[in-house]
Amino acid sequence: MKIQLFVPCFVDQLFPQTAFNMISILEKLDCEVVYNPQQTCCGQPAFNAGHWNESKIVAQKFLDDFDPENYIVTPSGSCTGFVRNHYHKLLSGKIPPKDLGVKNPLLRNIFEFSEFLVQKLDYTKIKASMDGVGTYHDSCGALRECGIKSAPRKLLENVEGLKIVETEDSEVCCGFGGTFAIKYEPISTAMTEQKVHNAVEKGADYIISTDLSCLMQMDGYIKKHNYKIKTIHIVDVLSRGLNPKYSSNSGYCVS
Amino acid sequence: MRTIQGKFHRESQSKAEDLEHRRMMNHALNQSEIAFQNGKQQFQNLDKAKEDAQSVKEKATIHLDRYLLEFEDRFTKNGGKVIWARDGKEALEAVWKICAEKKAKKIVKSKSMVTEEIHLNAFLQKKDIEVIETDLGEYIQQLSEEPPYHIVAPSIHKSKEEVAQLFHEKLGVRPHLGPEELTMVARRQLRTEFQEADIGITGVNFLLSDIGGVAITENEGNARMVTAFPNTHIAITGIEKVLPSAKDLELFWPLLATHGSGQKVTVYNSIFTGPKHRNETDGPEDMYVILLDNGRTNILSDPEMRESLHCIRCGACLNVCPVYKNIGGHTYNTVYGGPIGSVITPHLSGMKEYGHLSHASSLCGACTEVCPVKINLHELLLKNRRKSVEQKNTFRLEKFSWYIWKRSMLSRRMLNTANGNTKERMFRYLFKKSWGENRAIPTFPKKSFNEQWKERNSKIEK
Ligand code: SF4
Repeated sequence: MKIQLFVPCFVDQLFPQTAFNMISILEKLDCEVVYNPQQTCCGQPAFNAGHWNESKIVAQKFLDDFDPENYIVTPSGSCTGFVRNHYHKLLSGKIPPKDLGVKNPLLRNIFEFSEFLVQKLDYTKIKASMDGVGTYHDSCGALRECGIKSAPRKLLENVEGLKIVETEDSEVCCGFGGTFAIKYEPISTAMTEQKVHNAVEKGADYIISTDLSCLMQMDGYIKKHNYKIKTIHIVDVLSRGLNPKYSSNSGYCVS
Repeated sequence: MRTIQGKFHRESQSKAEDLEHRRMMNHALNQSEIAFQNGKQQFQNLDKAKEDAQSVKEKATIHLDRYLLEFEDRFTKNGGKVIWARDGKEALEAVWKICAEKKAKKIVKSKSMVTEEIHLNAFLQKKDIEVIETDLGEYIQQLSEEPPYHIVAPSIHKSKEEVAQLFHEKLGVRPHLGPEELTMVARRQLRTEFQEADIGITGVNFLLSDIGGVAITENEGNARMVTAFPNTHIAITGIEKVLPSAKDLELFWPLLATHGSGQKVTVYNSIFTGPKHRNETDGPEDMYVILLDNGRTNILSDPEMRESLHCIRCGACLNVCPVYKNIGGHTYNTVYGGPIGSVITPHLSGMKEYGHLSHASSLCGACTEVCPVKINLHELLLKNRRKSVEQKNTFRLEKFSWYIWKRSMLSRRMLNTANGNTKERMFRYLFKKSWGENRAIPTFPKKSFNEQWKERNSKIEK
């Protein structure tokens, strides 16, 4: 199966190892992973800030950089949700009538990583191992934009040595929200603080999620306040114990 | 011009950092959440119920003119009087005219957000008319001279102890009374007010077009007293509160109850179709309904924002909103707080003044998920943001930043020019202040994925 890799802008800039780990996993599952080095961003940041003209141009480039007929897989529920649910509005400038099927097949072919593994590859039993207690944070993009809830949990359940605990606020936003994190820093960090505290209280060693933007936000709080708990992307959990082609010679292992 | 926004910034910070406030709000809103989770069990298929409600409200909104006229026609035939008010001022004048006619000295009120919107209490007090709130939460707010904190639970932010202290100070009762005793105090106090009042003013939960009726939902029975004792009943409502038929209540009553308070149905549900008829013994001699526009037709005329008029003011979106939870109701500085308030206020009171509220959201979508009439709240916030940009409310620096962003995202070469260190320095330079004291700055690897990938592939090719 041929898969186009989409590495979101901030993953590209801040967390390259996660993208490499994702390639390793997909290749291990016999996928042919292709990466178009021209790609940059889906356009969401400007869209969310209200600057639709700028967003539109970048979204157009995104459409040019990918083949709409093949799967696109990305380690982000947020970007997936944006392309799926908002591209037609952004690009047509109109609200389509309800239930009107989306014309561009690309909007149907983009998947968040864990969702793709479980839904499309029907694969939940990756041989990975990681010791410790983890709690899964539902990113708003994955949960509410894409309806992803069970897939990542199923994958994590099968990780050897990892015990998963649920916090009561697993579905509550981490407080990031793009420009919100900067424009309203006090509200944003108040939200993060509670997420981190609740995870710590549950005895978790790791906060695991599908979205590095959430993890980055929580990690910033954790580091500043010297907590022991760590954040880790689900891809980086699942790639542990694999014998990855790429991660051996890289210096940016997450954890 | 920017002062409303500045105030919001200051107050949202102080509330977000106030741990006692956080504890109170988390506690209160967790209770609502538990009640809601229980209450919603009564629906076999909640999502289907919500879809049905959405389409009823869609129909009602699209044909609003027809349904309002139909309501007026039926209600008038039943002996009621309908007053159309373009804005708050016209509504206040109408109320004042009735008061003058009836030589009213005292008015009792049941809960109504629309009267908050037009600042009715302050207006009447200036005219030397005594106004008494009779909903317990509103009564507490009135005693403490504060606007409501929440559209359904006005005094949600106050502890029992605070209320006991307030009653002690304002009503001279013993200190440290418990909740039940406090309720009894209020009851006794209000009983005489009901009997003495000349006019009763209520809000409206639903205007029922096909029978020309006004439906009011409550839990304390005070709205029944407000409408039963005084000789005149005035119901004030926004024009969007229409349902095509009384039959729609079988869907909307439980939906409202569950989303508002976690109940199956609220304790008291009344329908008023006009004043007392000649052969009837009870009810007011005159009944008026004031239909208030006050900017709602602005929203109606904008197809993108129209769905915000479907709101049944259940308050559920406030209960689940992490921003509301952290900053509280007064910080918004608007009549309607929380997600729905941030959506509609810019259209009712000005984008320039209130556009910032649309940005005070992480767009988590919890509001959209819970809304019983499926209003796409977080998407409407996004639309507000776009509209604000289109109306040129953006600072030049922000505009320029997005221009640079666009240029970088269009060019892989530009993205790959600087190394990680430089990018980190740039991040520090740009965001040091706004990133705040509570989060460490993210560390940039030396090279992006793109660069590393290219290096590896060139090695493989060689
Ligand atoms: S927007 Fe929806 S959830 Fe919020 S108050 Fe209105 S009806 Fe309730």
